[in-house]
Amino acid sequence: MAFLEVKGLKAFYRQVEALHGIDFEIEEGSIMTVLGANGAGKTTTLRAICRMVRTEGSIVFDGKDLTGMPTEKVVQLGIAHVPEGRGTFVRQSVEENLQLGAYTRNDKKEIEADIERVYEYFPRLRERQKQQAGTLSGGEQQMLAIGRALMLRPRLMLLDEPSFGLAPLIVKEIYEIMKRIREQEGTTMLLVEQNANIALNLADHAYLLETGDVVMSGESHVIRDDENVRKSYLGY
Amino acid sequence: MELFFQLTLAGLAIGSIYACVALAVVMIYQATDHFNFAQGEMAMFSTFIAFTFLTFGAPVWLAAVGAIAISFVAGLIIERVVIKPVENAPILNQIIVFIGMLMILNNMAGWIWEFTIKPFPSLFPSDWGVQSELIGPHHMGVIGLTLIVLFAIFLFFRFTRVGLAMRAAAANPDSARLVGVSVSWMLALGWGLAAGVGAIGGILVAPIVYLDPNMMSGVLLYAFAGALLGGVSSPFGAVMGGMIVGVLENWIGHPALSELLGFKMNELKLTFALMVIVIVLLFKPAGLFGRVVVKRV
Repeated sequence: MAFLEVKGLKAFYRQVEALHGIDFEIEEGSIMTVLGANGAGKTTTLRAICRMVRTEGSIVFDGKDLTGMPTEKVVQLGIAHVPEGRGTFVRQSVEENLQLGAYTRNDKKEIEADIERVYEYFPRLRERQKQQAGTLSGGEQQMLAIGRALMLRPRLMLLDEPSFGLAPLIVKEIYEIMKRIREQEGTTMLLVEQNANIALNLADHAYLLETGDVVMSGESHVIRDDENVRKSYLGY
Repeated sequence: MELFFQLTLAGLAIGSIYACVALAVVMIYQATDHFNFAQGEMAMFSTFIAFTFLTFGAPVWLAAVGAIAISFVAGLIIERVVIKPVENAPILNQIIVFIGMLMILNNMAGWIWEFTIKPFPSLFPSDWGVQSELIGPHHMGVIGLTLIVLFAIFLFFRFTRVGLAMRAAAANPDSARLVGVSVSWMLALGWGLAAGVGAIGGILVAPIVYLDPNMMSGVLLYAFAGALLGGVSSPFGAVMGGMIVGVLENWIGHPALSELLGFKMNELKLTFALMVIVIVLLFKPAGLFGRVVVKRV
């Protein structure tokens, strides 16, 4: 059985069905990306795993069925979500944001060490550790969101458009750090992106969503070479 | 000068009590964006619980601590049973629930303990500290105790894991859930704490205004004025606002000022509280200490 196995997943916002029964799976240690246009259901897929939207179908993580669990419980299993819009605690300091990321952990010393480790990945956050997080730039807040997720020591990281609204150079910087995180921590990642090019570079596998259905899936390089994908999502 | 000093000190004492109730109101406001109109009646009810312990012969400190503990649990239960079901209801429904609780608690207290005015003992011995017409040991004790309580609350929110989680849950519930905070329990805990802090206010004010089911109506109004003046987004502001309102009220209420101005200022004390509310809302809705949150997108 795969590390994360999703079967027949439907998701609803009130009466509206946003996902029409999708299936996918992720192997431990791999990175998978979900591509698609606006409204395809990418964010909904992540929100379904974190139990923030009503669903049907099954979501099994490491042998445990997530459906029916509250969000806090899912987090305790080691699933960290870097949400759309970064989810910064704007009034709290950078350091407090990181401490919140480790809320479910009790190993105080290790938490301190992990904060250090996040600062090593993102030196800019160290410079701003006492600053109110709301005053950070968009790129820094994205780094903080990833740092906060790392503080959980996640077994699975869900990333919702880490490139959103950021300058190309910052996007590149963030993706390079994500690559390093992958090499050093071996964290399994489920990455949602509109920026197909950069996501395909990082990911091993990709799924293509179109208005609530999986229309294509496979290894990243296969998806990249597909003519339709190239025309519609990569723009060449 | 001596009179001015004493008036101010007495004002700080009564202001500390307003500060407690204002802080309770702000704690719930921070988490839910609503004023709990029943906060005063909850405090009154807590004081009656302490009173019941006293009639059974408990020493006054034990009665107070017991009542505060019970209030904490009752606050939790009220949130779970009454507030949680209307969490996502329209704002008017929630306000009606608050006002309903106000009336239920008020009438229940009258039913259980009768509406007659009862004396309530001070927590502090009467034979130490300053002794004068305007301020006595109770006032000094009130100032001291509230400062300790407020400082403890500050430490709790600033430096503990649960305190941080409560702040996070209030500020950004979605993100708080995503780091594993049970937002719903944090809200309940907030209600418990607010009920406890309010109970302290009630127990401290009862020796001054005497105990009866309506004793908090004035106090709650001043506490609202204090909370607004200091800034509803700032617990520190609420405390300062409560103190300021207490001092101003005492200045205005003293006969010397009425004589000086040639008309009876002291009858305008409650009007003054309402004026503060209106003026703040009109000219400085964020209050004196309300933090303006810097937010970049």
